[in-house]
Amino acid sequence: MWAIAIRSCLFISMLAAGAVPVIAQHEYTSSEIEAGRQQYAANCTRCHGPDGDNVANADIGHGKFRRASTDEELVQLIRNGVPNTAMAGMNNISEPNAKTIVAYLRSMAATAAAVAALPTGDAARGKAVFESKGGCTNCHRIGDVGSRAGPDLSQIGAQRRSVELHRSLIEPDAEIVPANRLIKIVTRDGATITGRLLNQDSFTVQLLDAKDEKLKSFSKSNLREFAFVDKSTMPSYKDKLSTQELSDLISYLSSLKGQAQ
Amino acid sequence: MIRRTILLTLITAASLQAQVSYERILRAGQEPQNWLTYSGNYNGQRYSSLVQITPENVKNLELQWIFQARSLEKFEATPIMTDGIMYTVEAPNNIVALDAATGRVFWTYNYTPAQAARPCCGRVNRGLAILGDTLFMATIDARLIAVDAKSGRPLWNVAVAKPESGYAMTVAPLVVKDKVIVGTAGGEYGIRGFIAAYDAKTGKEAWRFYTIPGPGEPGHETWPASNNAWEHGGASVWVTGSYDPDLNLTYWGIGNPGPDWNGDDRGGDNLYSCSVVALDADTGKLKWHYQFSPHDEFDYDSTQVPVLVDTQWQGSQRKLMLWANRNGFFYVLDRATGQFLLGKPFVEVNWASGFDEKGRPQRIPGMTPSAQGTLILPGNQGGTNWYNPSYSPKTGLFYIPTWANYSSLYVKQPVEYQEGRNFGGGTPRPTTPTGIRTTVNNYAKEDEGYVPFAQSIRTPAK
Repeated sequence: MWAIAIRSCLFISMLAAGAVPVIAQHEYTSSEIEAGRQQYAANCTRCHGPDGDNVANADIGHGKFRRASTDEELVQLIRNGVPNTAMAGMNNISEPNAKTIVAYLRSMAATAAAVAALPTGDAARGKAVFESKGGCTNCHRIGDVGSRAGPDLSQIGAQRRSVELHRSLIEPDAEIVPANRLIKIVTRDGATITGRLLNQDSFTVQLLDAKDEKLKSFSKSNLREFAFVDKSTMPSYKDKLSTQELSDLISYLSSLKGQAQ
Repeated sequence: MIRRTILLTLITAASLQAQVSYERILRAGQEPQNWLTYSGNYNGQRYSSLVQITPENVKNLELQWIFQARSLEKFEATPIMTDGIMYTVEAPNNIVALDAATGRVFWTYNYTPAQAARPCCGRVNRGLAILGDTLFMATIDARLIAVDAKSGRPLWNVAVAKPESGYAMTVAPLVVKDKVIVGTAGGEYGIRGFIAAYDAKTGKEAWRFYTIPGPGEPGHETWPASNNAWEHGGASVWVTGSYDPDLNLTYWGIGNPGPDWNGDDRGGDNLYSCSVVALDADTGKLKWHYQFSPHDEFDYDSTQVPVLVDTQWQGSQRKLMLWANRNGFFYVLDRATGQFLLGKPFVEVNWASGFDEKGRPQRIPGMTPSAQGTLILPGNQGGTNWYNPSYSPKTGLFYIPTWANYSSLYVKQPVEYQEGRNFGGGTPRPTTPTGIRTTVNNYAKEDEGYVPFAQSIRTPAK
């Protein structure tokens, strides 16, 4: 699986992005990259951040490695660590899993171009865009301000890459995280409720009504319809915000690391 | 058919109303379908005016739902109820939001306490507080956590004290105005207890009251000048206080001094252990105190909710505080001044014979822990403990869960303080089997004066 590269999404995205130079020894399948993304989120984000640029002089999200260059060296570094640094050896990560992390690191470097082309953002200005022109608080919550209808963004900067935030702002339907899908139910007497799915079992469903933000529990036998909403309810900001405003907004969202555990 | 469907939908659809404002908590008694604080009301009475369940129909109650906790710990929490949603704690520190009609879970907030947490007497929690849309939980690793009541998402999480030093919290916080008040446990590990208030929005500490006064503060002289016993003299808080909005005083019961069963190195009354303290809710400043058990050596924590009652007392309207203490005595105090009005045993007591005019217990000579053991009534669990009393304004009766005819053999042992280690100084040994009974006190029957034990419901010994 590791050695045999079948077809690379990375290659396609490289072309689309205008051929970003990366030194990958392998081409990777999209499933390897996705597996690596999950491994990275579970093992690496805490120190390196979602964009891989949290550690000084080790911008691993943009292919800037100080102590390794080949994929094999990176796998060894992940598993053995770097002596006398905070980078501990992570031998709990199996070699195949470490390889998927390398696959993801290579793909990060390749796809970072979309935001690299944006002007430098300003988080303070981005906050103003979030709260006024963007109207983001109508659906999103940060800390104890804003609506609970959409995903809570208090820690979004610790969870999502800048490129992912950029894509969500431009193409909200491109990727909807399963947990963030809205659910729509229609009761037998015709009432329609859209909200965030909190829990369900064989007989009942619990949700947060997006409209009045109340917690509601229903017996499924009293429902006529019960399904996820395919499309995002978020508008595209492609033509709503200037390039600078988009960059500011992304800077602001990237700065939101949250506090509480 | 349509009507039936609508009805069913109404029944199954529970809803959360956002604002549990301070004003709403002040008037909690006006919405008996809800339970907005640990004790249901600021006065600590735990009285419900709901009338659907009666002595006649209680036998017809049937099981409606079961919530299966993912925990093997005990439930000691009193749930918060707001508009059909029940919030409770799955011990030690997971918050669960349930649909009260069906028991179905909306969300769970999972919190794993630090390994250092070593709470004496169980990894338990007594419940939550709510203000606005925010829930507050005190944890066994001595942190205070604010969680969004609708999504279960944590908002802030602050350290109250160091679990490595033996601090823990099992108390349900008390919200007063814009502050969240908690107290620390850990009296069996040599802590110096305190009560502290935190800003509900930010978690920033607003005030702190040490339950053992420091050098230069009134009450410090009740600890030896020759050693530093006061620095790890215990005086925990285990159970939530109450609040009088007119006096703006919040009342808290304080636990035993440490070492629990050996007072040799802590000569003096050991304030404010085994006391009730009345604090200004805005500043934490002490207004008055009353000590139920000076220089306690029997683990007689004042770990009870102060019950506040406004009624006639010997011919005049008074603001009273009723208290059935772990030490076996039932008390009536004036809660504006702390004046001692009455003290009577509600179970068998052999460590004190009565009280002087100011309410200081008159000790019976020889009744202290000893190397060979001394038989004391009530025993180490006390005449009652943390299980809450209640008061009915309808009957005028005070209800106490009690341990009857119950003693322990108190054996004293030497102990040295080591940070975070057990600091008991002895062993209370069980003696006779005991039963549990509920004692009902008619504390203020005007025509006959005080009549204890209007009724007693005894559960046979097991």
